[in-house]
Amino acid sequence: MSDHDYRPKSKVGQWFNDRLPLLTLANHLTDYPTPKNLNYWWTFGGILTFCLITQIVTGLTLAMHYIAHADMAFESVEHIMRDVNYGWLIRYIHANGASMFFLAVYIHIFRSLFYGSYKSPREIIWILGIIIYLLMMAAAFMGYVLPWGQMSFWGATVITNLFSAIPLVGEGIVTWLWGGYSVDNPTLTRFFTLHYLIPFLILGLVVLHIWALHVPGNNNPVGIDIKKPSKDTVPFHPYIVIKDGFALLMFMIVFAFFVFYSPNILGHADNYIEANPMVTPAHIVPEWYLLPFYAILRSVPDKLLGVVAMLSAILILAVLPWLDTSKIRSAVFRPLYKQFYWILVADVLILGYVGAMPAEGLYLLIARVATAYYFLHFLVILPVLGFKEKTLPVPLSITEPVLGGSLNLATARQKESKIE
Amino acid sequence: MSEKKTKRRDFLFTATTAVGAVGAAAVVWPMIDQMNPDASVKALASTEVDVSALTPGNTLTVLWRGKPVFIRRRTQEEIDEARSVKMEDLIHPEKDEDRAKNPEWLVMLGVCTHLGCVPLNDKGDYNGWFCPCHGSHYDTSGRIRKGPAPWNMEVPKYEFVNANTIKIG
Amino acid sequence: MKKLLKIFSALLLICSLNTLSFAAEKVDYLKTDWSFKGLFGKFDRAALQRGYQVYTEVCASCHSMKYLSYRNLAEKGGPEFPEDQAKAIAASFEVTDGPNSDGEMFTRPGKLSDKFVMPYENVKAAQAANGGAYPPDMSVLVKARGGGVDYIYSLLQGYEEAPSGMTLDDGVHYNKYMYGNKIRMSAPLSDGLVEYGDGTTATVEQMSKDVTTFLMWAAEPHLEARHQMGFKAIIYLIILTILVYFSMKKIWSRVESEV
Repeated sequence: MSDHDYRPKSKVGQWFNDRLPLLTLANHLTDYPTPKNLNYWWTFGGILTFCLITQIVTGLTLAMHYIAHADMAFESVEHIMRDVNYGWLIRYIHANGASMFFLAVYIHIFRSLFYGSYKSPREIIWILGIIIYLLMMAAAFMGYVLPWGQMSFWGATVITNLFSAIPLVGEGIVTWLWGGYSVDNPTLTRFFTLHYLIPFLILGLVVLHIWALHVPGNNNPVGIDIKKPSKDTVPFHPYIVIKDGFALLMFMIVFAFFVFYSPNILGHADNYIEANPMVTPAHIVPEWYLLPFYAILRSVPDKLLGVVAMLSAILILAVLPWLDTSKIRSAVFRPLYKQFYWILVADVLILGYVGAMPAEGLYLLIARVATAYYFLHFLVILPVLGFKEKTLPVPLSITEPVLGGSLNLATARQKESKIE
Repeated sequence: MSEKKTKRRDFLFTATTAVGAVGAAAVVWPMIDQMNPDASVKALASTEVDVSALTPGNTLTVLWRGKPVFIRRRTQEEIDEARSVKMEDLIHPEKDEDRAKNPEWLVMLGVCTHLGCVPLNDKGDYNGWFCPCHGSHYDTSGRIRKGPAPWNMEVPKYEFVNANTIKIG
Repeated sequence: MKKLLKIFSALLLICSLNTLSFAAEKVDYLKTDWSFKGLFGKFDRAALQRGYQVYTEVCASCHSMKYLSYRNLAEKGGPEFPEDQAKAIAASFEVTDGPNSDGEMFTRPGKLSDKFVMPYENVKAAQAANGGAYPPDMSVLVKARGGGVDYIYSLLQGYEEAPSGMTLDDGVHYNKYMYGNKIRMSAPLSDGLVEYGDGTTATVEQMSKDVTTFLMWAAEPHLEARHQMGFKAIIYLIILTILVYFSMKKIWSRVESEV
C-alpha cells in the first residue's frame, strides 16, 4: 500500500504517530484508492456500518430500561413504550432497524454474488461476511425473544428444539440451552446476555472484514483487477464518502417511513400478547428475513434432515468461492450466469413467500422444488457453468468501458487545486 | 475558475455540512434524554405519614422519592436552641421560623448536603444530627454548623392534611 | 441516479410483498374513517373521551388495562381530560395500598399516579369468573390482533344468529369476525347502553368506534407525537438528501465518471 511512508506534517503528529500510527491509518482510509466505477449497489457496505452502529446505540439505551426477567420483560417493554422519554422512538428504531439491517445485508450479499466479489483473492472477506451474517441471525433471533411476547416464546421454543434433532445428545443440548425443562426465565436471561454480546463480536468481525477488503482493494462492476492508485481509481474521501452518504440518506428515508408510519408492520401481532406456555399461536412464523431458511426447514419431511438442509443452505455459501469455477468475476461478462443469477434471486424470494404460508398442499410442493433448485444452483450449475460457459471479452481497464479513455486522477487533482 | 463559482461551491458544502450537523445533534438528544426521569417517576405521588404516635423528642424516618425524610417532633428546649442562634454564626443562614412553620414539627430530607449520606439522629456538637461519612454537624433545625457540607438539610414541600397526618410532596 | 431510484423502488416493492404475505388471510372488516390514520393522523379528542366512558362503564367490568395509569388520561395526545377531571376519575376508584405501619393492606381513593384498577386480582380469578375464558388485557389489544382497529371495530358489531348447522355450547356466542366465529364474550354493546355527556347518540356503531379509538390510543399513546416527528424527520432527510446530491455532483465533476 502506498501510504506506508506517510509522515504527519506537525511535530506533535509525528511524535504521536511514531508511537501509535493512528494518523497513518486515518490517512490510509481517506486516500484508499477505490475503483471509480462502483455503482450504488456498492454503497450498502457503508449502509450496513450505519445499521450496526444504530442497533448498538439504540440497544444500549434500551438495555438501560429493559428488565430481563420472565415476569417483568413484557411490562418493561411497555414501560419503555409509554413512560421512558423517547422510549417509543428508540424501540421502534431498534425493532425496525433489525429488518433494515437484513434488507441491506441481503442486497450486499446478492451484489457480491452478481459481481463475483467472493472470488480469489477475496475469499476471506466473503467468509468473514458469512460469519457476520450467521451472528446477525443469532442476534436477531435472540433479540426477538426479549419482549417475551407469544412469538418470542414460541419462536424460542421452536428454534431451540431444532437442536433436539441431533442424535443421542440432542435432548441434553436443548435442556442445557434452556437451563430448565422449557423456555423460561433462565433462557431469557442468557439470551439477553448473548444478545448484548454478539453485536460487539460483529463489530470486531466488521473491522476484520474491512481490513481484509483493503488488502486486495474493492472489486468493481467490471470485475477486473486494477492498478491502485491509477486513473481507474478515486480516493475514498471525498468521492466515495459523499456517494455513500447520499445512498445512506435515501436508505434512511425508507427507514424513517417504517419507524414513524408503520412501525409494527414488519412485526407480528401475536408478540403484543404476553408469553403463555399453555397456548401456541395459531400461525407461527419467524421474522421475514429468516423465512427462506424456514421454508427449507419445513420442506424436508425428516426432522434431522430438515435441520441439516437448513444449516447447509447457509454454510454452502462459505465454500462458494470454490464451487464457482469461472475465472471471470462479473456477471456482466457471463451471459448464462446472469440468467441463473436472476433465477436464484427469484428462487429465494419464492422460498421467502412460501415460508410465510402454511406448510401444506401446493405451498409445500413449491417449497420443495425451490429448495431443490437452491442446492442445484450451488452444487451443480455453478461448477459446471465455469467450464461450459462462453464468456464475453473483458476490457483491460475500467476507463475503457466507461468513457473510452478519460481524465486521470492527476488531472482531477490539478483541477481541484485550481479551484482552491 | 472564477471567484464567483468558488463561492457557490463553498456555500453548497457549508450548507450541507451545517444541515447534516443539525440533524446529528437532533438525533443525539433522545439518546441523552432517555436517561432523565421518565413519566412514571415524575408522576410519583406524595406520601402521607401518620404522625399521631410520635412523641416530643423523637424522630420518624420515612421514605419519599427513594430518600429518607426526617420528621422530628421537637421539644421546647430544641426549639429555643434553634431559634436563639444568631444568623452570623450560620454557614448557610436560614431562620428556624422559615424552616419549621409549626415549631414543634421539623420535616426535612435526611440527606447530608455534602455527598448524600444519611446523618445520625441526636448526635454531633449541636444536639442535632451528625453525618458519619465526613463529619458534618447539624443543629436542632437541621442547619449545617461545622464540617464540609455547604448547605442546611433541605426542607421538602409538605403540609398537614389533618392534625395527625403530614403529606410530603 | 436513475439506477438508485430503481434500487429503492425495488426495495419498497420487496417490503410490501413481504407484508402482503402476512396479510394472507383476508377478512372483509367493516370500514370506517379513522382520524388517526395517515401522515398527519390525530386522535379525535371527543371520541377518546367517549371511548373512555364506554371502556369504564362497559368493558372494565371484565377487561383490565394494566399498563395504563390515570395520569395518562390527562396527558397530551390522549383524551386530554382536564387535570381536575382526571383526578376526580382516579379518586372514584378504590386502590389497594400498603402495607401500613401495622403491616396491613388498606384501600384509599386512587391518585393520578395509580395504574388502572383491575377487575380481577389475577388471571386465574378472571378465568374463574368468566367460565374459564380470560378476558384479555386491553392495554395493547389493538396491536395484538392482526386486523387492528378494523378487527375490533367489526367484532363489536359482528354478533349474529349462528348459521343453521352450527352448534354452540353454553356461554359461547356466534361472531362473524371472530377467529373461528365462536366467542365467549356475549354482545357487549346495545343501543343506548351508555349515556354520553356530550349528547352524542350512543348507537352500537358509535360506541364501537369510540371505544376502538380509545383502545388505539391506549396501545399507542405517542401516536400523535410519532406522526408529527415523522413528518419533520422525513422533510429534513429529503432536504439533506438534495443538498448532498448536489454536493456529490460537484465533487464528482472533477473526475469524468458517472455517478
